Amino acid sequence: MKRYVFRRLLVAIPSLLIASLIVFSLPRLLPGDVVQLMLEEKAYGKDLEDLRAKLGLNRPMHIQYVEWLGQVVRGDLGESLWTRRPVLEELARRLPISLELGMMALAFAVVIAVPIGVLAAIRQDTLADYAMRSMAILGLSVPGFWIATLCVLLPAIWWGWSPPIQFTAFSANPWAHFAQFLLPAFILGIASAAAIMRLTRGTLLEVLRQDYVRTAWAKGMRERVVVLKHSLKNAMIPVVTVLGIQVAQILGGTVIFESIFGLPGMGRFLFDAINQRDYPVIQGVNLLIVSVVVLMNLLVDAFYAFLDPRIRY
Amino acid sequence: MRSDQIEVAPWGDRTINKSGSPNRIAVLIASTWQFTKRKPLGALGGVIVLGLLIMAIFASWIAPYKYDETIAGARMKAPGAQFWMGTDNLGRDVFSRVVYGASVSVTVGFGAVLLANVLAALVGVTSGYFGGAYDICVQRVVDAWQSFPFLVVILSMMAVLGPGMLNLILALGVLGAAAGSRVIRGATISVMQNTYVEAARALGAGHLRIMVRYLLPNVAATIIILATIGLGAAILAESALSFLGFGVPPPYPSWGAMLSGSGRSFMYRAPWMAIWPGAAISLAVFGFNMLGDALRDVLDPRLRGGGGRPVG
Repeated sequence: MKRYVFRRLLVAIPSLLIASLIVFSLPRLLPGDVVQLMLEEKAYGKDLEDLRAKLGLNRPMHIQYVEWLGQVVRGDLGESLWTRRPVLEELARRLPISLELGMMALAFAVVIAVPIGVLAAIRQDTLADYAMRSMAILGLSVPGFWIATLCVLLPAIWWGWSPPIQFTAFSANPWAHFAQFLLPAFILGIASAAAIMRLTRGTLLEVLRQDYVRTAWAKGMRERVVVLKHSLKNAMIPVVTVLGIQVAQILGGTVIFESIFGLPGMGRFLFDAINQRDYPVIQGVNLLIVSVVVLMNLLVDAFYAFLDPRIRY
Repeated sequence: MRSDQIEVAPWGDRTINKSGSPNRIAVLIASTWQFTKRKPLGALGGVIVLGLLIMAIFASWIAPYKYDETIAGARMKAPGAQFWMGTDNLGRDVFSRVVYGASVSVTVGFGAVLLANVLAALVGVTSGYFGGAYDICVQRVVDAWQSFPFLVVILSMMAVLGPGMLNLILALGVLGAAAGSRVIRGATISVMQNTYVEAARALGAGHLRIMVRYLLPNVAATIIILATIGLGAAILAESALSFLGFGVPPPYPSWGAMLSGSGRSFMYRAPWMAIWPGAAISLAVFGFNMLGDALRDVLDPRLRGGGGRPVG
């Protein structure tokens, strides 16, 4: 197992390197020069060249990349060009907020999707199955930002209630802190729930047709035991794989939801940084997100062994 | 396979194909009818998609006003006989803007999917066919692209390219190609197991000929399914990006952009400004997903699972 994880990590390195190159080069291609912007909006330096030199933007691209990579390995993500604060410090403050939102969204998704998926599978081709499948496709089709907009808008019009815009820290008021995540996490989880439900139904249907399941029925076991104990565990393997992909999608979704609901997390940080062409921040956030996704996929692989004892590493 | 399904497949029957165009139309109608009977929800999706296409193509005939026409004295009018979906804060007819919005969505959607599938087929078929070091290198690059959350990477790309319809098509197309190429590569590898590929090689067919004449037609079903489901995903992504201000710039009536921007603060007094564009996005994507799902079940059941890519 340990050796397998180590090997998997080695395979992940080239992908991470290519990703880091993408992370590094993308913001540098942004039109409109950050230096120009800074000079115009905040009188930072005397002239353009002076400021460029100060930021290290006047050297060749590949040297900048190697230097940046060296810094990253030492745990230094640079500092924001605008606020002059270290990116790592800012990320450490914001990552927990995004993780909290993402984890809750994923939890909502799984809690809603798996039971519905199981139900749809064991009642295949009934009216309930059709209804649940149509709901799932609808869930994949409705844009989250629209539901979020309506959830802010309609209660305000009908009852004069709107979700809190001011962020509440955990230390200030644990309950209010927790409550402010409920609505955005639920909406963020809808699309993932739909995808997970469809997959759960599909794989469970396949497993239910296996011989060993027929044996279980023939032994006179109750439906609950056959479905939940014998079948569901094997059906969950592809579902767990998809969870890794869903984490990436949910992290992407935080960009929209943190902006709508006023949560000072990583997604909003990235969105603001893109608007301000803040290279170190864009790179830092992107790199962190990619690392989280790669780590998640590693965890997913390791989790297989728990679900399917036949898999040995 | 059930016996009635075998009768349905019109493509294999040479006598029908040879005998000229009237029969072809009859076959088309017959197979559409069979599809409707077997997959009523898919047919519903097809009807929605057809409606969307008609709206997009004939927008200037259907819409009572131009998309950027300001109607004097009609700011934030509630939906009624004159303005079916009300008017916005600048006195523009929301229904007309929703109708014109269809052409934005359809243009971006079809453009992006066309680009994505051409690239994906190119990368996927060659990667699967040649294998070896080339395959490994290409797949590592695809891995790297795929470890970015979709919205994050597309946002970064749009920031680089700048807002605009063509740039949007480029970004969505390139990104969609990465995911699609993986699926097409898989399909290519499985098609290559067939003996007719070996036979073609034995007869002296070159790489290009094998790929174009033998592999590509046999992964076509996969590509059609990918494209249909991809259309829904592309429309959803376009709306999310336009919502964030990185998509189609105003005054173009993109459905996503209609939900954001300066109009947002007026929505409390005119909620119809928020309701209809979102409903249009949902319905359009729903149609493509339904149709794609049904097509997949009919054409290639191996691809089950997955589905449209959730964004935001």
